[in-house]
Amino acid sequence: MEIKKKAVAGTMESSDVFVDIAPSEEGLYIDIQSVVYNQFGEQIKKAVHETFRQFQVERAKVTLNDRGALDCTIRARVETAIKRAGREEE
Amino acid sequence: MLLRSLLFLPGNNPNMLANGDILGADGIIFDLEDAVAPDEKDAARILVRSCLKQMKLIGVTTIIRINSLDSYDYWKEDLDELIPCRPDIILIPKVNDPKEVIIASEYIAELELISGIEKGRIRIMPLIETALGVENAFAIASADQRNIALFLGAEDLTADMRCQRTTEGTEIFYARNRVVMAARAAGIEAIDTPFTDINDENGNYQDAVTAKMIGFSGKANITPRHVKTVNQVFSPTAEEIEYAHEVLFAIEKAKEQGKGAVSLYGKMIDKPIVLRAEQVLAMEEALIRKGSACYE
Repeated sequence: MEIKKKAVAGTMESSDVFVDIAPSEEGLYIDIQSVVYNQFGEQIKKAVHETFRQFQVERAKVTLNDRGALDCTIRARVETAIKRAGREEE
Repeated sequence: MLLRSLLFLPGNNPNMLANGDILGADGIIFDLEDAVAPDEKDAARILVRSCLKQMKLIGVTTIIRINSLDSYDYWKEDLDELIPCRPDIILIPKVNDPKEVIIASEYIAELELISGIEKGRIRIMPLIETALGVENAFAIASADQRNIALFLGAEDLTADMRCQRTTEGTEIFYARNRVVMAARAAGIEAIDTPFTDINDENGNYQDAVTAKMIGFSGKANITPRHVKTVNQVFSPTAEEIEYAHEVLFAIEKAKEQGKGAVSLYGKMIDKPIVLRAEQVLAMEEALIRKGSACYE
């Protein structure tokens, strides 16, 4: 899926994650900030990368601000952001 | 399927969704309708689907409140996203006419086929929350084989009736009775409206007792704080269970002895008493299967 525009998903509330995605000329740049990065950083990265692979996104700039979200929430918010960013301008 | 307490959880709130299985309710209603802003409907659908795939909701009935059938195509998008997760029940809001149940049921059947789900596995619970819905209650209840219960929603109903909601619920007395009668006549369950004052525990108890007296099978909740009380009210008491066992034992014994009439503690045991005893014991069995105490 092609990232056509800037989009966001999620919130900064506890147990949620705020995802900000934008088009990129080349490559996938992912910046993860998390309150539980020391304990769960690798799991968060895995969930994010797997979701990008699932939707075949190869070029994007992404920032995640994680507030202790579960794996299913991270995957859902990243998917929502990808789908929103992939829509044609309304 | 136990339906004593059904707890609403907002579909776009991960904090609440994550704890759905430990809140003690027989059923969790993942709400995609009123609890979700129009521009967050997409996010809520994806979040609920993702949670349902990952969470192990053992012994909890999963219910999805979709958007109403007059909500553009939101309701179809809700079903497209969530039916593959095999929820137990689809709660359809603002049902006014039996045709709405039939339309939704046909669409669910298409999605069951695509998703490899046995036809008719996913049940429907029409939400009666308009004056027209109340007046059409029996036609709605008997509209489709998928119907498992009618659900009374008093907040929208009283707005439609142009009256205030009160703690004692006088304004919904007719609607409650009408919904229970329609559901029972159609052979399905009836679920009562939630008690909305989250800080009034006694009010919740009284409201649940009233609903049970009228014939409701269970009650919706908007806060986990009300679940335990609602479960208690809609569960049989220890005395009721003991008496039900005695009734069935007396009937068996009378059969063995070739007696036609049976009495217990000086009272005739007739067909309705046996039926009620069987209902109590069916409930006891369901509670044992769920692994919860019969009278918590």
